[in-house]
Amino acid sequence: MAKAKETVSRTLVVALVLSIVFSVVVSTAAVMLKPAQIKNQNLDIKTNILSAAGMLPDSPTAEEIEETFAQFQVRLVNLKTGEFVEPSYVGVQDPMKYDMYKAASNPELSTDIPASEDKAGIKRRPDVAKIYTLSENGELKRVVLPIHGYGLWSTLYGFISLEGNLNTIEGLGFYAHAETPGLGGEVDNPRWKQQWTGKELYNEDKTEPQIQLVKGGVSANTPNKQHKVDALSGATLTSRGVQQLVNYWMGDRGFAPFLKKLRQGEV
Amino acid sequence: MADASAKQVLFEPIFSNNPIALQILGICSALAVTTSMNVTLVMCLAVTAVTAFANLAVSMVRAQIPGSIRIIVQMTIIASLVIVVDQILKAYAYEISKQLSVFVGLIITNCIVMGRAEGFAMKNGPWLSFLDGIGNGLGYSVLLIFVAFFRELLGAGSLFGVTLMPVVNEGGWYIPNGLLLLPPSAFFIIGLAIWGLRTWKPEQVEEPDYKMSRHTAKEAF
Repeated sequence: MAKAKETVSRTLVVALVLSIVFSVVVSTAAVMLKPAQIKNQNLDIKTNILSAAGMLPDSPTAEEIEETFAQFQVRLVNLKTGEFVEPSYVGVQDPMKYDMYKAASNPELSTDIPASEDKAGIKRRPDVAKIYTLSENGELKRVVLPIHGYGLWSTLYGFISLEGNLNTIEGLGFYAHAETPGLGGEVDNPRWKQQWTGKELYNEDKTEPQIQLVKGGVSANTPNKQHKVDALSGATLTSRGVQQLVNYWMGDRGFAPFLKKLRQGEV
Repeated sequence: MADASAKQVLFEPIFSNNPIALQILGICSALAVTTSMNVTLVMCLAVTAVTAFANLAVSMVRAQIPGSIRIIVQMTIIASLVIVVDQILKAYAYEISKQLSVFVGLIITNCIVMGRAEGFAMKNGPWLSFLDGIGNGLGYSVLLIFVAFFRELLGAGSLFGVTLMPVVNEGGWYIPNGLLLLPPSAFFIIGLAIWGLRTWKPEQVEEPDYKMSRHTAKEAF
């Protein structure tokens, strides 16, 4: 017996049976749990959107989140032209199913960013972005835009929420990053995020975004304080990353063309 | 080892033969996932489950495994179990699985799992091996929870996410020790834990590798 199991044929049989048994186990688990996982992921994205917009209730239930989120309209925007596009443009039925971060690695749906302009450090930009708008009585109240860019260790993914005037920030939050806990990780600190509320993206001519993260705090008599946010202490590079990525996405290569058209009522 | 009793294999790894403190295995994840108690507990459960079931599975097929591919066979069993655990966490504990991120997948490379499969399950029956897996999982858990307790309390002023000492950034009085949120701090805490354990159980102290001989030269030159 001890000898018999060391033959080549025996080894092959054991390897084959083992592979088959465990591929069945693994694929069963993956298939059975898929619906619950997708539900979790969608709920997570919705929670983050509501949190950036300041609409997240305290200790929300799944139903409350779905209900609140239902007020939003999910739209796709072509970043080049700044106009809305139909979901079929990117080959999906439901705009919610479009994944702009996956599209960024598809050469047909994305564009290389020249290094000189790649402030956010993301290398490629999807051509179509998924945005969330909220209107009341036909009037635009709120727009939530996805933003992402490189901090110190990792790419930060988040949302920024703008008021109906498309200039005043309502809130901003990141839902995925791997910055240092306690230092760069403080981008998640609610007290820090609070500062963003009421800041203004653009100055009078509404072209270049003006956001700055400054050291030493922003007081009542800081010049241009409507564009300035206190940087994170001990996290110079994360703060710089956040400043760059907000300005990138709100600039010409990001959402600026779209926001301009939306402001003038052209789309 | 063959005549080890169930009680022994279950409880010995907790203090007498702790996988982290005595065998010094599984240090990587002990540094990575101990910033908060919630995350640590889930990680401990995951590792315990994987170790126990990997031991059980390996032990059940141990008579069939040809020696030449035994490590690969163990690896396949462990990797499959880890994927299953990862999928379950993503489905039912999404928030925590996001925080654990890659470290669930890295249970595959946790030396405790592999070490027990090769060192114990290949030589013992399924029931004992299963208990041995649980025991080693518990030993791992005890140390991780010890580390996480200090890291979360002193690094973030809270336990299980409940604020006990309000930190300055949120308007409280406690200035958190940032070092404790970084992985290297776990080295200090594990080191102190090992020191404490070996003071309590001196038989765990290793023989020094060599001893200095007495100085015999009478003069410096």
